[in-house]
Amino acid sequence: MNMIEAINSAMDVALARDSNVTILGEDVGFFGGVFRATAGLQAKHGKTRVFDTPITECGIIGVAVGMAAYGLRPVPEIQFADYIYPALDQLVSEAARLRYRSAGEFPMPITVRSPFGGGIFGGQTHSQSPEGIFTHVSGLKTVVPSNPYDAKGLLLASIEDNDPTIFFEPKRIYNGPFDGHYDRPVSPWAKHEGSEVPEGYYTVPLGKAAIVRAGADVTILTYGTMVHVARAAVEELGVDAEVIDLRTLVPLDIETIEASVKKTGRCLIVHEATRTSGFGAELAAMVQERCFYHLEAPVERVTGFDTPYPHSLEWAYFPGPIRIGMALEKVMKD
Amino acid sequence: MTSEVDSESGRRNLPPLSLHIPEPHYRPGDVADFSNIAIPAAGVTPRPDSAAAAATMRDMVYGLVRVLDDDGKAVEPWDPRLTPERLRAMLRAMALTRAFDERMFRAQRQGKTSFYMKSTGEEAVAVAATFALDREDMCFPSYRQQGILIARDWSLVDMMNQIYSNKADRLKGRQLPIMYSTREGAFFSISGNLATQYPQAVGWAMASAAKGDTKIAATWCGEGSTAEGDFHSACMFATVYRAPVILNVVNNQWAISSFAGFAGGDETTFAARAVGYGMAGLRVDGNDPLAVYAATAWAAERARTNHGPTLIEHFTYRAEGHSTSDDPSQYRSADEGAHWPLGDPIARLKTHLIGLGEWSDDRHATQDLELAELVKASAKEAEKNGILGHGMHQPFETMFEDVFEEMPWHLKEQSAQMAAERTRKWPDKKSGDPV
Ligand SMILES: Cc1ncc(C[n+]2csc(CCOP(=O)(O)OP(=O)(O)O)c2C)c(N)n1
Repeated sequence: MNMIEAINSAMDVALARDSNVTILGEDVGFFGGVFRATAGLQAKHGKTRVFDTPITECGIIGVAVGMAAYGLRPVPEIQFADYIYPALDQLVSEAARLRYRSAGEFPMPITVRSPFGGGIFGGQTHSQSPEGIFTHVSGLKTVVPSNPYDAKGLLLASIEDNDPTIFFEPKRIYNGPFDGHYDRPVSPWAKHEGSEVPEGYYTVPLGKAAIVRAGADVTILTYGTMVHVARAAVEELGVDAEVIDLRTLVPLDIETIEASVKKTGRCLIVHEATRTSGFGAELAAMVQERCFYHLEAPVERVTGFDTPYPHSLEWAYFPGPIRIGMALEKVMKD
Repeated sequence: MTSEVDSESGRRNLPPLSLHIPEPHYRPGDVADFSNIAIPAAGVTPRPDSAAAAATMRDMVYGLVRVLDDDGKAVEPWDPRLTPERLRAMLRAMALTRAFDERMFRAQRQGKTSFYMKSTGEEAVAVAATFALDREDMCFPSYRQQGILIARDWSLVDMMNQIYSNKADRLKGRQLPIMYSTREGAFFSISGNLATQYPQAVGWAMASAAKGDTKIAATWCGEGSTAEGDFHSACMFATVYRAPVILNVVNNQWAISSFAGFAGGDETTFAARAVGYGMAGLRVDGNDPLAVYAATAWAAERARTNHGPTLIEHFTYRAEGHSTSDDPSQYRSADEGAHWPLGDPIARLKTHLIGLGEWSDDRHATQDLELAELVKASAKEAEKNGILGHGMHQPFETMFEDVFEEMPWHLKEQSAQMAAERTRKWPDKKSGDPV
């Protein structure tokens, strides 16, 4: 399966297992979503369980909060992560805090799915990586899969979870992993690890990272599309790096990170989002707090630049193998 | 309160509630038939004074302002009585918009740019409205009003440079194709985020009024976008402050795959949104260029004479896909467009002019050829400045410019980092060279 099919399969399974699961969002019903992630689900599970909404992100999330208060498990889609901002108040002030402020009376089992990230010539408003905004909010979980198997398992785990979860889908790798070389063709998922996806039910637990490549000399912390770019860079440079796919940013698998950095003594963080106040800053601080005496070099970050996403200079903006290579050289020095 | 209670389940003995999910009339495979849509004849919708109180013309939001009748004759009371020269200029701008769309759509298919959006079937909404505005009036469009720039005789080459993100692109390759911006053209920078331009247009109009200026603002959004909170905030401010603004809703029936019912169009008209705010509202045949012109001129006069905002619903049809990334055959009847009862705006104006003895099929065909040539020549000219390709036509350093007025240290550092990356990637290129 490719990643879209895996995500579709997760929702199909969830709808069949639990009559409270409800999918809503712009174009998700009859049409099956602009990326076809919900294709066929309305025909199979019915119009009141999978339906189109008016174009109002704040309405979609606000309504999902009400549905969750009733006892449903809404899975709203925000068509592009760039359009999640109108919904911020409902997410940040409401969904994230309702359990807390009602002393547990109103849990919010909402899973907000949204395609995110760049590398598709989407310009400023179809390319952003806003995960840092959500990891900063207490009460929200943030999940980012990097392959079809994880996407299905993590999505099912998110839907079952009783807390609100932001599930960001790296759209650059919907159809196949991407190594950061824009001028090379992308090979389909079928030829890669992670594309064997069971038809039925399984979960990948939230809060558990994956070591996608074991190594001794440096730890690379990353997630989403960048897992593949970082791996490609490491192979090209012949560095013995341990590449960790975080999979969930909140809750974070700090044990796996700590053990790896203590072992390798070096740490590089890679994400697509802009640098300042990005999630990489949090990771760097945590590594420094917990592994300072094991570090042999300052923790380095590879990120997008602090500019809006530029349409025509996309490939200069995108953190590719060269940026990762240069940072690796710096971390590996002496 | 007490009520009958089902003793077994403990529930009240009431019928179960059910949820209504709107459904369009036609899906792929169906034969479309629009006879259910009430289309009042041209001339039956009255024309109130542009200073009339909003409360006295509530019916207008359920009617349909139409000037051209089925034979292409102009009918009172909304006939704007334009000269043949103006009519021909309007026809030309609409036909040029269509020719431009066709060429640029093909350019996307040829890989010369990443994305394109046509306005086919909706040309009157942008072009005729622009003809009724002053050149200085500020437009806050969405992505489907390229006709505004064309009606203002804006350079096609300039528009194409933007679409190609090439080295002559005034936006330095930063924006998605078709997201034009030109202050000089009184055309506000287009956002990809729906409806954000709506309150901005109101704010601009409020500023113009606060300063005692004479310019007004106009904005456009799709019927789907009226669901956004920004739309409602805009209506609120516009009425409260009597802002000199025209709020256009382009009801082209579809928002990507969602029909107008998902924005509330099954229950009421979009023009009727005005009633709740106490604003003047007009519902207009959006495929009738004279009606669009007349309604806009009416609203402009109302705004300019301090009688406040007007919400205009343009009832029209999106004849083509949503964008180059869309396939409408997946969600709507293939023949829907052909059955659209309000016809084609270009054909209707053409028939009208021929009826006046001011135009002919031959002249029209000759003009179409001339416009296709003009567009082709402009595209060639623009292509000299580059096409998207890798898209690396701008000097790399420009990426860090204009984030702030002055570049802070961290962006300077990142710019230097990118230059170093670039030297490694392309060792033979000088700084400032495009790749
Ligand atoms: C805030 C926001 N949400 C979602 C989108 C994705 N989107 C782009 S166009 C569109 C449909 C808009 O339909 P409508 O307003 O009717 O305008 P039309 O395209 O028909 O002219 C959607 C959902 C967006 N661009 N911005």
